[in-house]
Amino acid sequence: MQTPVNYLARKHWKQTGAIVLIGGIYLLSSWILKFDGLSGIIAIPKAFSWLGVNFKPTANSVHFLPSIWQKLIGTVMLAIASTVVASLIAILVAIMGSKVTGGSSLVQTIVRGIASFFRNIPLVAWAMILLFSFKQSDFTGFLALLLMSVGYLIRAFMEIIEDEASETMLALKATGASYFQVIFQAVLPQIMPSLISWILYMIENNVRDATLVGILTGTGIGFVFDIYYKSFRFDAAGMTVLSIILVVIALEVLSNQIRKVIL
Amino acid sequence: MLEVKHLEKSYQKDKPALTDITFSVDPGTFVAIIGPSGAGKTTILRSLNQLIKDDGGQILLDGGDLRTANKTQLRGYRRQIGMVFQNYNLVERLTVIENVLHGRLGYKSTLAGMFGRYTEEEKQEAMTLLEKVGLEEFALRRCSELSGGQKQRVGIARSLIQHPKVILCDEPIASLDPASSRTVMQLLKDLTTEFNIICIANLHQIGLAKDYADKIIGIRQGKMVFNEDADALSEEILKTLYDQNVTEELD
Repeated sequence: MQTPVNYLARKHWKQTGAIVLIGGIYLLSSWILKFDGLSGIIAIPKAFSWLGVNFKPTANSVHFLPSIWQKLIGTVMLAIASTVVASLIAILVAIMGSKVTGGSSLVQTIVRGIASFFRNIPLVAWAMILLFSFKQSDFTGFLALLLMSVGYLIRAFMEIIEDEASETMLALKATGASYFQVIFQAVLPQIMPSLISWILYMIENNVRDATLVGILTGTGIGFVFDIYYKSFRFDAAGMTVLSIILVVIALEVLSNQIRKVIL
Repeated sequence: MLEVKHLEKSYQKDKPALTDITFSVDPGTFVAIIGPSGAGKTTILRSLNQLIKDDGGQILLDGGDLRTANKTQLRGYRRQIGMVFQNYNLVERLTVIENVLHGRLGYKSTLAGMFGRYTEEEKQEAMTLLEKVGLEEFALRRCSELSGGQKQRVGIARSLIQHPKVILCDEPIASLDPASSRTVMQLLKDLTTEFNIICIANLHQIGLAKDYADKIIGIRQGKMVFNEDADALSEEILKTLYDQNVTEELD
Protein backbone atom coordinates (compact mmCIF):
# COMPACT_ATOMS: atom_id res chain seq x y z
CA MET A 1 0.00 0.00 0.00
CA GLN A 2 1.42 3.36 -1.11
CA THR A 3 1.30 5.84 1.76
CA PRO A 4 2.61 9.38 1.48
CA VAL A 5 5.35 8.55 3.99
CA ASN A 6 6.78 5.57 2.15
CA TYR A 7 6.26 7.34 -1.19
CA LEU A 8 8.50 10.18 0.00
CA ALA A 9 11.02 7.72 1.50
CA ARG A 10 11.21 5.85 -1.78
CA LYS A 11 11.65 9.09 -3.70
CA HIS A 12 14.50 9.99 -1.38
CA TRP A 13 16.21 6.65 -2.06
CA LYS A 14 15.73 7.09 -5.80
CA GLN A 15 17.42 10.48 -5.72
CA THR A 16 20.34 9.14 -3.67
CA GLY A 17 20.62 6.23 -6.08
CA ALA A 18 20.73 8.60 -9.07
CA ILE A 19 23.56 10.63 -7.54
CA VAL A 20 25.56 7.46 -6.72
CA LEU A 21 25.00 6.19 -10.26
CA ILE A 22 26.24 9.43 -11.86
CA GLY A 23 29.30 9.46 -9.60
CA GLY A 24 29.95 5.80 -10.42
CA ILE A 25 29.80 6.47 -14.16
CA TYR A 26 32.35 9.28 -13.77
CA LEU A 27 34.74 7.09 -11.77
CA LEU A 28 34.39 4.18 -14.16
CA SER A 29 35.00 6.29 -17.26
CA SER A 30 37.98 8.11 -15.80
CA TRP A 31 39.44 4.75 -14.76
CA ILE A 32 39.02 3.41 -18.30
CA LEU A 33 40.61 6.53 -19.80
CA LYS A 34 43.29 6.68 -17.08
CA PHE A 35 42.19 10.26 -16.63
CA ASP A 36 43.07 11.96 -13.37
CA GLY A 37 40.51 14.69 -12.73
CA LEU A 38 42.12 15.88 -9.52
CA SER A 39 45.55 16.69 -10.94
CA GLY A 40 43.82 18.47 -13.83
CA ILE A 41 41.99 20.72 -11.42
CA ILE A 42 45.15 21.36 -9.40
CA ALA A 43 46.94 22.43 -12.58
CA ILE A 44 44.35 25.10 -13.43
CA PRO A 45 45.89 27.94 -11.36
CA LYS A 46 49.29 27.18 -12.88
CA ALA A 47 47.81 27.22 -16.37
CA PHE A 48 46.22 30.57 -15.74
CA SER A 49 49.34 32.11 -14.32
CA TRP A 50 51.31 30.90 -17.36
CA LEU A 51 48.60 32.42 -19.54
CA GLY A 52 48.76 35.66 -17.59
CA VAL A 53 52.52 35.96 -17.93
CA ASN A 54 52.92 34.92 -21.55
CA PHE A 55 49.77 36.29 -23.12
CA LYS A 56 49.84 39.62 -21.35
CA PRO A 57 49.76 42.31 -24.03
CA THR A 58 52.75 44.62 -23.67
CA ALA A 59 53.33 48.19 -24.78
CA ASN A 60 54.95 46.68 -27.83
CA SER A 61 51.84 44.78 -28.86
CA VAL A 62 49.97 48.06 -29.37
CA HIS A 63 51.26 48.30 -32.94
CA PHE A 64 49.37 45.17 -33.77
CA LEU A 65 46.10 46.85 -32.84
CA PRO A 66 45.28 48.40 -36.25
CA SER A 67 45.68 45.10 -38.09
CA ILE A 68 43.86 43.21 -35.32
CA TRP A 69 40.91 45.58 -35.34
CA GLN A 70 40.68 45.67 -39.11
CA LYS A 71 40.38 41.89 -39.20
CA LEU A 72 38.09 41.84 -36.18
CA ILE A 73 35.62 44.26 -37.75
CA GLY A 74 35.66 42.15 -40.89
CA THR A 75 34.90 39.08 -38.82
CA VAL A 76 32.03 40.75 -36.98
CA MET A 77 30.57 41.88 -40.32
CA LEU A 78 30.88 38.33 -41.66
CA ALA A 79 29.06 36.96 -38.61
CA ILE A 80 26.29 39.53 -38.97
CA ALA A 81 25.94 38.90 -42.71
CA SER A 82 25.72 35.15 -42.31
CA THR A 83 23.20 35.45 -39.45
CA VAL A 84 20.96 37.84 -41.38
CA VAL A 85 20.90 35.62 -44.46
CA ALA A 86 20.37 32.56 -42.24
CA SER A 87 17.44 34.28 -40.50
CA LEU A 88 15.71 35.06 -43.79
CA ILE A 89 16.06 31.47 -44.96
CA ALA A 90 15.10 30.10 -41.55
CA ILE A 91 11.91 32.13 -41.18
CA LEU A 92 10.64 30.98 -44.59
CA VAL A 93 11.43 27.36 -43.86
CA ALA A 94 10.09 27.59 -40.29
CA ILE A 95 6.75 28.91 -41.56
CA MET A 96 6.55 25.98 -43.98
CA GLY A 97 7.46 23.49 -41.27
CA SER A 98 5.77 24.61 -38.06
CA LYS A 99 2.74 22.72 -36.78
CA VAL A 100 0.45 25.76 -36.91
CA THR A 101 1.46 27.44 -40.18
CA GLY A 102 3.04 24.53 -41.99
CA GLY A 103 2.08 22.29 -44.82
CA SER A 104 1.28 18.60 -44.62
CA SER A 105 2.87 16.43 -41.96
CA LEU A 106 5.28 15.16 -44.62
CA VAL A 107 6.56 18.71 -45.19
CA GLN A 108 6.86 19.22 -41.43
CA THR A 109 8.89 16.04 -41.03
CA ILE A 110 11.19 16.99 -43.91
CA VAL A 111 11.78 20.46 -42.45
CA ARG A 112 12.56 19.03 -39.03
CA GLY A 113 14.94 16.59 -40.66
CA ILE A 114 16.76 19.29 -42.60
CA ALA A 115 17.03 21.50 -39.52
CA SER A 116 18.51 18.78 -37.37
CA PHE A 117 20.88 17.68 -40.15
CA PHE A 118 22.40 21.17 -40.41
CA ARG A 119 22.42 21.63 -36.65
CA ASN A 120 24.01 18.35 -35.72
CA ILE A 121 27.04 18.52 -37.97
CA PRO A 122 29.62 20.43 -35.90
CA LEU A 123 30.68 23.82 -37.17
CA VAL A 124 34.28 22.70 -37.51
CA ALA A 125 33.20 19.78 -39.66
CA TRP A 126 31.20 22.12 -41.90
CA ALA A 127 34.18 24.43 -42.29
CA MET A 128 36.50 21.55 -43.17
CA ILE A 129 34.05 20.03 -45.65
CA LEU A 130 33.47 23.38 -47.33
CA LEU A 131 37.20 24.05 -47.53
CA PHE A 132 37.42 21.47 -50.32
CA SER A 133 35.02 23.36 -52.53
CA PHE A 134 35.62 26.97 -51.62
CA LYS A 135 39.26 26.97 -50.48
CA GLN A 136 40.58 29.28 -47.83
CA SER A 137 38.29 32.27 -48.26
CA ASP A 138 35.85 34.42 -46.35
CA PHE A 139 33.07 32.76 -48.28
CA THR A 140 33.88 29.36 -46.75
CA GLY A 141 33.53 30.84 -43.29
CA PHE A 142 30.35 32.64 -44.27
CA LEU A 143 28.83 29.44 -45.60
CA ALA A 144 29.85 27.32 -42.60
CA LEU A 145 28.28 29.83 -40.19
CA LEU A 146 25.23 30.17 -42.43
CA LEU A 147 24.48 26.45 -42.58
CA MET A 148 24.90 25.99 -38.84
CA SER A 149 22.77 29.05 -38.02
CA VAL A 150 20.05 27.99 -40.43
CA GLY A 151 19.77 24.68 -38.59
CA TYR A 152 19.48 26.34 -35.19
CA LEU A 153 17.19 29.15 -36.25
CA ILE A 154 14.70 26.95 -38.12
CA ARG A 155 14.21 24.94 -34.96
CA ALA A 156 13.94 28.02 -32.73
CA PHE A 157 11.60 29.87 -35.07
CA MET A 158 9.29 26.89 -35.43
CA GLU A 159 8.95 26.65 -31.67
CA ILE A 160 8.32 30.39 -31.40
CA ILE A 161 5.59 30.22 -34.04
CA GLU A 162 3.96 27.25 -32.34
CA ASP A 163 4.07 28.88 -28.88
CA GLU A 164 3.19 32.45 -29.67
CA ALA A 165 1.24 32.68 -32.89
CA SER A 166 -1.38 29.95 -32.83
CA GLU A 167 -4.09 31.93 -31.01
CA THR A 168 -3.96 35.09 -33.12
CA MET A 169 -3.66 32.96 -36.19
CA LEU A 170 -6.91 31.24 -35.33
CA ALA A 171 -8.63 34.59 -34.82
CA LEU A 172 -7.57 35.91 -38.20
CA LYS A 173 -8.45 32.68 -39.95
CA ALA A 174 -11.92 33.05 -38.47
CA THR A 175 -12.33 36.50 -40.07
CA GLY A 176 -11.89 34.92 -43.50
CA ALA A 177 -8.34 36.20 -43.99
CA SER A 178 -6.25 34.25 -46.50
CA TYR A 179 -3.11 32.30 -45.57
CA PHE A 180 -0.61 34.98 -46.56
CA GLN A 181 -2.65 37.71 -44.87
CA VAL A 182 -2.61 35.69 -41.67
CA ILE A 183 1.16 35.17 -41.91
CA PHE A 184 1.92 38.84 -42.54
CA GLN A 185 -0.69 40.44 -40.30
CA ALA A 186 -0.77 38.05 -37.34
CA VAL A 187 2.11 35.58 -37.23
CA LEU A 188 5.05 37.83 -38.14
CA PRO A 189 4.10 40.86 -35.99
CA GLN A 190 3.31 38.58 -33.06
CA ILE A 191 6.61 36.70 -33.10
CA MET A 192 8.85 39.62 -34.09
CA PRO A 193 10.31 40.35 -30.61
CA SER A 194 11.26 36.73 -29.98
CA LEU A 195 12.59 36.47 -33.51
CA ILE A 196 14.85 39.48 -33.08
CA SER A 197 15.98 38.26 -29.71
CA TRP A 198 17.09 34.97 -31.27
CA ILE A 199 18.78 36.70 -34.19
CA LEU A 200 20.78 38.86 -31.78
CA TYR A 201 21.80 35.80 -29.80
CA MET A 202 22.87 34.08 -33.00
CA ILE A 203 24.98 37.10 -34.01
CA GLU A 204 26.81 37.07 -30.65
CA ASN A 205 27.34 33.37 -30.97
CA ASN A 206 28.54 33.61 -34.56
CA VAL A 207 31.12 36.27 -33.72
CA ARG A 208 32.66 33.83 -31.26
CA ASP A 209 32.39 30.92 -33.68
CA ALA A 210 33.72 32.98 -36.59
CA THR A 211 37.02 33.19 -34.74
CA LEU A 212 37.30 29.45 -34.62
CA VAL A 213 36.23 29.05 -38.23
CA GLY A 214 38.80 31.68 -39.21
CA ILE A 215 41.62 29.54 -37.81
CA LEU A 216 40.53 26.75 -40.16
CA THR A 217 39.70 28.82 -43.22
CA GLY A 218 42.69 31.13 -42.85
CA THR A 219 40.62 34.29 -42.77
CA GLY A 220 39.52 36.96 -40.33
CA ILE A 221 40.54 37.37 -36.75
CA GLY A 222 41.04 33.64 -36.25
CA PHE A 223 43.78 33.65 -38.85
CA VAL A 224 45.50 36.62 -37.21
CA PHE A 225 45.43 34.85 -33.87
CA ASP A 226 46.77 31.66 -35.43
CA ILE A 227 49.71 33.48 -37.05
CA TYR A 228 50.72 35.30 -33.87
CA TYR A 229 50.33 32.15 -31.82
CA LYS A 230 52.36 29.97 -34.17
CA SER A 231 55.09 32.59 -34.48
CA PHE A 232 55.32 32.73 -30.67
CA ARG A 233 54.13 36.37 -30.56
CA PHE A 234 52.09 35.51 -27.48
CA ASP A 235 51.65 39.12 -26.45
CA ALA A 236 50.04 39.92 -29.81
CA ALA A 237 47.92 36.77 -29.59
CA GLY A 238 46.86 37.94 -26.12
CA MET A 239 45.95 41.33 -27.56
CA THR A 240 43.84 39.57 -30.18
CA VAL A 241 42.01 37.54 -27.56
CA LEU A 242 41.44 40.65 -25.47
CA SER A 243 39.99 42.47 -28.47
CA ILE A 244 37.66 39.58 -29.23
CA ILE A 245 36.48 39.49 -25.63
CA LEU A 246 35.80 43.24 -25.68
CA VAL A 247 33.82 43.03 -28.89
CA VAL A 248 31.77 40.05 -27.71
CA ILE A 249 30.95 41.79 -24.42
CA ALA A 250 30.06 45.00 -26.25
CA LEU A 251 27.76 43.08 -28.58
CA GLU A 252 26.10 41.36 -25.68
CA VAL A 253 25.48 44.65 -23.87
CA LEU A 254 24.15 46.19 -27.07
CA SER A 255 21.82 43.33 -27.82
CA ASN A 256 20.51 43.29 -24.26
CA GLN A 257 19.70 46.98 -24.67
CA ILE A 258 17.91 46.30 -27.95
CA ARG A 259 15.96 43.47 -26.29
CA LYS A 260 14.88 45.77 -23.48
CA VAL A 261 13.49 48.26 -25.97
CA ILE A 262 11.65 45.80 -28.18
CA LEU A 263 10.22 43.38 -25.63
CA MET B 1 -31.08 33.15 -40.18
CA LEU B 2 -28.72 30.47 -38.93
CA GLU B 3 -29.91 26.88 -39.01
CA VAL B 4 -27.98 23.97 -37.60
CA LYS B 5 -29.31 20.53 -38.50
CA HIS B 6 -28.22 17.15 -37.13
CA LEU B 7 -24.65 18.26 -36.44
CA GLU B 8 -22.38 15.33 -35.54
CA LYS B 9 -18.76 15.17 -34.46
CA SER B 10 -16.49 12.63 -32.82
CA TYR B 11 -12.81 13.06 -32.04
CA GLN B 12 -12.34 9.37 -31.24
CA LYS B 13 -14.14 6.42 -32.73
CA ASP B 14 -17.34 5.43 -30.91
CA LYS B 15 -17.01 8.41 -28.56
CA PRO B 16 -19.24 11.06 -30.05
CA ALA B 17 -18.50 14.64 -28.96
CA LEU B 18 -21.71 15.92 -30.53
CA THR B 19 -24.84 14.00 -31.44
CA ASP B 20 -27.70 15.38 -33.48
CA ILE B 21 -27.43 19.06 -32.57
CA THR B 22 -30.31 20.92 -34.20
CA PHE B 23 -31.36 24.52 -33.62
CA SER B 24 -32.08 27.71 -35.48
CA VAL B 25 -31.55 31.35 -34.55
CA ASP B 26 -33.19 34.47 -35.98
CA PRO B 27 -31.34 37.76 -36.45
CA GLY B 28 -31.37 40.04 -33.43
CA THR B 29 -31.20 37.12 -31.01
CA PHE B 30 -28.59 36.59 -28.31
CA VAL B 31 -28.15 32.88 -27.58
CA ALA B 32 -26.17 31.47 -24.68
CA ILE B 33 -24.88 27.90 -24.83
CA ILE B 34 -24.42 26.48 -21.34
CA GLY B 35 -23.33 23.12 -20.00
CA PRO B 36 -20.54 21.45 -18.03
CA SER B 37 -16.91 21.58 -19.15
CA GLY B 38 -16.25 19.07 -21.90
CA ALA B 39 -19.90 18.88 -22.93
CA GLY B 40 -19.11 20.07 -26.46
CA LYS B 41 -19.89 23.79 -26.32
CA THR B 42 -16.65 24.88 -27.97
CA THR B 43 -16.95 22.12 -30.57
CA ILE B 44 -20.38 23.45 -31.58
CA LEU B 45 -19.18 27.03 -31.76
CA ARG B 46 -16.06 26.23 -33.75
CA SER B 47 -18.00 24.01 -36.14
CA LEU B 48 -20.22 26.97 -36.96
CA ASN B 49 -17.34 28.70 -38.76
CA GLN B 50 -15.62 25.42 -39.60
CA LEU B 51 -12.51 26.03 -37.52
CA ILE B 52 -13.34 22.47 -36.45
CA LYS B 53 -14.46 20.17 -39.24
CA ASP B 54 -17.53 18.27 -38.06
CA ASP B 55 -18.52 14.82 -39.30
CA GLY B 56 -22.08 15.31 -40.46
CA GLY B 57 -25.15 17.53 -40.61
CA GLN B 58 -25.87 20.92 -42.09
CA ILE B 59 -24.99 24.48 -41.12
CA LEU B 60 -27.09 26.92 -43.11
CA LEU B 61 -26.44 30.66 -43.06
CA ASP B 62 -29.33 32.33 -44.85
CA GLY B 63 -29.90 29.08 -46.72
CA GLY B 64 -26.30 28.42 -47.89
CA ASP B 65 -24.49 25.41 -46.43
CA LEU B 66 -21.08 26.22 -44.91
CA ARG B 67 -20.16 22.57 -44.68
CA THR B 68 -20.14 21.94 -48.41
CA ALA B 69 -18.48 25.26 -49.30
CA ASN B 70 -15.14 25.21 -51.11
CA LYS B 71 -12.16 27.21 -49.85
CA THR B 72 -13.14 30.53 -51.45
CA GLN B 73 -16.78 30.17 -50.48
CA LEU B 74 -15.76 29.32 -46.91
CA ARG B 75 -13.72 32.55 -46.74
CA GLY B 76 -16.85 34.34 -47.91
CA TYR B 77 -18.90 32.76 -45.11
CA ARG B 78 -16.23 33.31 -42.48
CA ARG B 79 -16.08 37.02 -43.09
CA GLN B 80 -19.81 37.17 -42.29
CA ILE B 81 -19.17 35.39 -38.98
CA GLY B 82 -17.26 37.31 -36.33
CA MET B 83 -15.53 35.48 -33.52
CA VAL B 84 -14.66 36.59 -30.00
CA PHE B 85 -12.27 34.48 -27.91
CA GLN B 86 -11.68 33.80 -24.21
CA ASN B 87 -8.05 34.92 -24.53
CA TYR B 88 -9.00 37.76 -26.91
CA ASN B 89 -6.50 36.43 -29.52
CA LEU B 90 -5.32 39.90 -30.51
CA VAL B 91 -1.91 40.65 -31.97
CA GLU B 92 -0.65 42.13 -28.71
CA ARG B 93 2.21 44.07 -30.24
CA LEU B 94 0.04 45.95 -32.72
CA THR B 95 -2.10 48.95 -31.91
CA VAL B 96 -5.77 48.75 -31.08
CA ILE B 97 -6.85 50.18 -34.43
CA GLU B 98 -4.65 47.76 -36.39
CA ASN B 99 -6.27 44.89 -34.56
CA VAL B 100 -9.75 46.21 -35.31
CA LEU B 101 -8.85 46.60 -39.00
CA HIS B 102 -7.83 42.92 -39.12
CA GLY B 103 -11.57 42.25 -39.30
CA ARG B 104 -11.53 43.65 -42.85
CA LEU B 105 -8.93 41.19 -44.17
CA GLY B 106 -11.55 38.78 -45.46
CA TYR B 107 -12.81 41.50 -47.81
CA LYS B 108 -9.43 42.53 -49.18
CA SER B 109 -7.23 41.26 -51.96
CA THR B 110 -4.43 39.06 -50.67
CA LEU B 111 -1.74 41.65 -51.40
CA ALA B 112 -3.59 44.64 -49.91
CA GLY B 113 -4.31 42.55 -46.84
CA MET B 114 -0.76 41.25 -46.47
CA PHE B 115 0.65 44.76 -46.29
CA GLY B 116 -2.26 46.23 -44.34
CA ARG B 117 -3.40 48.76 -46.97
CA TYR B 118 -6.81 49.80 -45.66
CA THR B 119 -9.11 52.36 -47.27
CA GLU B 120 -10.05 55.68 -45.69
CA GLU B 121 -13.62 54.41 -45.09
CA GLU B 122 -12.36 51.32 -43.33
CA LYS B 123 -10.21 53.43 -41.01
CA GLN B 124 -13.14 55.76 -40.33
CA GLU B 125 -15.38 52.82 -39.55
CA ALA B 126 -12.78 51.34 -37.21
CA MET B 127 -12.80 54.62 -35.27
CA THR B 128 -16.61 54.71 -35.15
CA LEU B 129 -16.66 51.17 -33.79
CA LEU B 130 -13.99 51.96 -31.22
CA GLU B 131 -16.19 54.82 -30.07
CA LYS B 132 -19.09 52.40 -29.82
CA VAL B 133 -17.10 50.07 -27.52
CA GLY B 134 -15.76 53.08 -25.60
CA LEU B 135 -12.12 52.82 -26.65
CA GLU B 136 -11.67 55.70 -29.11
CA GLU B 137 -8.93 57.20 -26.94
CA PHE B 138 -6.97 53.94 -27.03
CA ALA B 139 -6.83 53.66 -30.83
CA LEU B 140 -3.06 54.12 -31.02
CA ARG B 141 -2.16 52.18 -27.87
CA ARG B 142 -0.55 48.78 -28.10
CA CYS B 143 -2.97 46.02 -27.18
CA SER B 144 -0.52 44.64 -24.64
CA GLU B 145 -1.10 47.76 -22.52
CA LEU B 146 -4.86 47.16 -22.22
CA SER B 147 -6.79 45.45 -19.44
CA GLY B 148 -8.67 42.21 -20.09
CA GLY B 149 -12.04 43.91 -20.43
CA GLN B 150 -10.62 46.47 -22.85
CA LYS B 151 -8.95 43.76 -24.92
CA GLN B 152 -12.23 41.91 -25.17
CA ARG B 153 -13.93 45.08 -26.40
CA VAL B 154 -11.23 45.40 -29.09
CA GLY B 155 -12.03 41.80 -30.04
CA ILE B 156 -15.71 42.70 -30.33
CA ALA B 157 -14.92 45.76 -32.49
CA ARG B 158 -12.76 43.52 -34.70
CA SER B 159 -15.69 41.18 -35.23
CA LEU B 160 -18.15 44.04 -35.88
CA ILE B 161 -16.06 45.59 -38.64
CA GLN B 162 -16.61 42.35 -40.56
CA HIS B 163 -20.27 43.45 -40.95
CA PRO B 164 -21.16 40.05 -39.57
CA LYS B 165 -24.48 38.26 -39.66
CA VAL B 166 -23.30 36.14 -36.75
CA ILE B 167 -20.90 36.70 -33.87
CA LEU B 168 -19.58 33.61 -32.10
CA CYS B 169 -18.23 34.18 -28.59
CA ASP B 170 -16.11 31.37 -27.13
CA GLU B 171 -16.24 31.94 -23.35
CA PRO B 172 -16.01 35.71 -23.85
CA ILE B 173 -15.96 36.55 -20.15
CA ALA B 174 -14.19 33.55 -18.63
CA SER B 175 -11.00 35.57 -18.01
CA LEU B 176 -12.71 38.76 -16.83
CA ASP B 177 -13.65 40.16 -13.43
CA PRO B 178 -17.37 40.47 -12.60
CA ALA B 179 -17.66 44.18 -13.49
CA SER B 180 -15.91 43.81 -16.87
CA SER B 181 -17.98 40.67 -17.50
CA ARG B 182 -21.19 42.65 -17.16
CA THR B 183 -19.87 45.46 -19.40
CA VAL B 184 -18.98 42.94 -22.11
CA MET B 185 -22.29 41.06 -21.83
CA GLN B 186 -24.28 44.30 -21.98
CA LEU B 187 -22.27 45.40 -25.01
CA LEU B 188 -22.94 42.12 -26.80
CA LYS B 189 -26.63 42.31 -26.02
CA ASP B 190 -26.92 45.92 -27.23
CA LEU B 191 -24.99 45.26 -30.42
CA THR B 192 -27.12 42.21 -31.18
CA THR B 193 -30.22 44.41 -31.20
CA GLU B 194 -28.64 47.45 -32.83
CA PHE B 195 -27.08 45.64 -35.78
CA ASN B 196 -29.77 42.93 -35.89
CA ILE B 197 -27.18 40.16 -35.74
CA ILE B 198 -27.11 36.70 -34.28
CA CYS B 199 -24.87 36.42 -31.24
CA ILE B 200 -24.00 32.97 -29.86
CA ALA B 201 -21.92 32.79 -26.68
CA ASN B 202 -20.58 29.83 -24.68
CA LEU B 203 -20.95 30.67 -21.03
CA HIS B 204 -20.18 29.13 -17.67
CA GLN B 205 -22.00 31.86 -15.76
CA ILE B 206 -25.61 30.68 -15.68
CA GLY B 207 -26.75 33.83 -13.90
CA LEU B 208 -25.34 36.11 -16.59
CA ALA B 209 -26.70 33.85 -19.32
CA LYS B 210 -30.18 34.20 -17.88
CA ASP B 211 -29.84 37.96 -17.41
CA TYR B 212 -28.56 38.85 -20.86
CA ALA B 213 -29.42 36.10 -23.35
CA ASP B 214 -32.73 35.82 -25.20
CA LYS B 215 -32.44 32.09 -25.68
CA ILE B 216 -30.48 29.40 -23.88
CA ILE B 217 -29.21 26.11 -25.29
CA GLY B 218 -28.15 23.49 -22.75
CA ILE B 219 -25.60 20.86 -23.78
CA ARG B 220 -24.75 17.75 -21.82
CA GLN B 221 -22.39 15.05 -23.06
CA GLY B 222 -22.70 16.29 -26.64
CA LYS B 223 -26.49 16.22 -26.68
CA MET B 224 -28.89 19.13 -26.62
CA VAL B 225 -31.05 18.89 -23.50
CA PHE B 226 -32.57 22.37 -23.53
CA ASN B 227 -33.39 24.97 -26.17
CA GLU B 228 -35.86 27.56 -24.93
CA ASP B 229 -36.28 31.19 -24.05
CA ALA B 230 -33.96 32.25 -21.26
CA ASP B 231 -36.87 32.70 -18.84
CA ALA B 232 -37.82 29.05 -19.13
CA LEU B 233 -34.55 27.88 -17.56
CA SER B 234 -35.51 26.21 -14.31
CA GLU B 235 -33.72 24.68 -11.37
CA GLU B 236 -34.71 21.20 -12.45
CA ILE B 237 -33.22 21.61 -15.90
CA LEU B 238 -30.00 22.90 -14.38
CA LYS B 239 -29.88 19.88 -12.12
CA THR B 240 -30.05 17.47 -15.06
CA LEU B 241 -27.61 19.61 -17.04
CA TYR B 242 -24.90 19.76 -14.40
CA ASP B 243 -25.77 16.64 -12.32
CA GLN B 244 -25.81 18.73 -9.16
CA ASN B 245 -27.38 21.66 -7.43
CA VAL B 246 -26.21 24.89 -8.98
CA THR B 247 -29.30 26.91 -8.21
CA GLU B 248 -27.40 29.45 -6.11
CA GLU B 249 -25.90 30.58 -9.41
CA LEU B 250 -29.30 31.85 -10.49
CA ASP B 251 -29.61 34.38 -7.68
